[in-house]
Amino acid sequence: MIYLDHAATTPVKPEVLEAMLPYFTEHYGNPSSVYKIAQRNKKAIDDARAVVAGHLGAQPNEIFFTSGGTEADNWAIKGIAAALKEKGNHVITTNIEHHAVLHPCQYLEKQGYEVTYLEVNADGLVSAEQVEAAIRPETILITIMYANNEIGTIMPIAEIGAVAKKHGITFHTDAVQAVGQLPIDVRAQNIDLLSLSGHKFYGPKGTGALYIRRGLKLPPLLHGGGQERSRRAGTENVPGIVGLATALDLAYQDLEAKNAKLKALRDYLIDGIEARIPYCRLNGHREARLPNNVNVSFEFIEGESLLLLLDMEGIAASSGSACTSGSLDPSHVLLALGLPYEQAHGSIRFTLGENNTREEMDVVLAKLPPFVEKLRSMSPLYEDFVRQNS
Amino acid sequence: MYSQKVMECFMNPQNVGEIENADGVGTVGNPKCGDIMKIYLQIEDNIIRDAKFKTFGCGAAIATSAMLTQMIKGKSIEEAMKVTNKAVADALDGLPPVKMHCSCLAEEALKAALWNYAERNGITIEGLTPPANHHEEDHAAAAEEN
Repeated sequence: MIYLDHAATTPVKPEVLEAMLPYFTEHYGNPSSVYKIAQRNKKAIDDARAVVAGHLGAQPNEIFFTSGGTEADNWAIKGIAAALKEKGNHVITTNIEHHAVLHPCQYLEKQGYEVTYLEVNADGLVSAEQVEAAIRPETILITIMYANNEIGTIMPIAEIGAVAKKHGITFHTDAVQAVGQLPIDVRAQNIDLLSLSGHKFYGPKGTGALYIRRGLKLPPLLHGGGQERSRRAGTENVPGIVGLATALDLAYQDLEAKNAKLKALRDYLIDGIEARIPYCRLNGHREARLPNNVNVSFEFIEGESLLLLLDMEGIAASSGSACTSGSLDPSHVLLALGLPYEQAHGSIRFTLGENNTREEMDVVLAKLPPFVEKLRSMSPLYEDFVRQNS
Repeated sequence: MYSQKVMECFMNPQNVGEIENADGVGTVGNPKCGDIMKIYLQIEDNIIRDAKFKTFGCGAAIATSAMLTQMIKGKSIEEAMKVTNKAVADALDGLPPVKMHCSCLAEEALKAALWNYAERNGITIEGLTPPANHHEEDHAAAAEEN
């Protein structure tokens, strides 16, 4: 199989699994207990917290482990809204956020909050100027993703952080796609809250964290025991936390070399597609994008049918088409770029990983053109296009 | 998620193409929903001698188009009128619930092509009503169910 869906999830690395395994069996103690076998687990969590903090430029006591990115996003957004409701009721975000941010924002709107959804440009970016222009006296939160999960565009986070700081507004970023792939420094970038997810960087599913800047008043997410400094109660997922930290450490090892390799593969795939297939377009900014993201619209065809053909050849990718997700509208991200519906339906996302090779890209580049051709030969849209241009 | 039959029909679809000087042509669906189906019919002495299709859509949309054209070939207009979306889905060993609208689209495309044939020839086909684009409503209903 050629796996090109690393933005969806990644396999757990063997080293990560190995680090986790003892915490299921021999090191089973509850970290809150006083005896030795439990205290070892408490230390494992403390160590993991220090590792995560280190890679974000944060302090260990600013890291709170969660069940994943969605939980971290919900906690940050709904928590700040609740904490600052006396101060204001306005939230600024973008129209290409992940649903884990968009849906909490829509939930807030139902509670009487107002949300500004900044419109991205045709490259999928918002500017710090746009953010600043949207600020009102009652703005309490800016939540803007670090990098987009579908089109891979990287937002100007440091600039937005500077604007937020200047106006004294809390700044949250959903960095689920960025952590492990891009260097992050929450202090230098003026980030107050940051969400991350373990399974995006070869860690286990069901693990994540929220960075909460020290001094920020965020109400507890779960009330119960004293875990996570009483802000996220519940016995810790020790193996998961250990796995997340181990995976993050590995992700940031040789990052520059790994990213250089990924970028070369990414650009090889993009250039190869553009050279071989007419009537396609790359979605998202060409340079300001994640090293592993390729998102292309193929005109006149629908994405799911192309995914099925690729899957028959053992190539796993994903699509912005409605038909893959069970929802019926095409991707809100692609529509936000200004793509017409049929092009939004005809998009494919390839997200590369550390183990992908140039040979695999060659296989994709060999299979893709005849598949696109086959589907176009069946398409009434292509028929119309050819007729109009002949 | 798809039955083997759907995958077979999708991978090797029968009756893809156009019919020159077709006796009836029907197009339904729209780009917003991501499905457009166009069916061409060649009709002689009330019998569907040939049927071809072009479809922009997902695997289920292509498979249902192919299956529908296979099912109506050689049938009289009256017999073809009895081919329902459910019959097409059943012939494919079923469709996932979110894809049932694709089979509705196939039935609608056939009806639209027959309507076109009837209009051209100034005849009335019993039980046939003018094509309307119900597809968006189907989508809205399906979205609510999900």
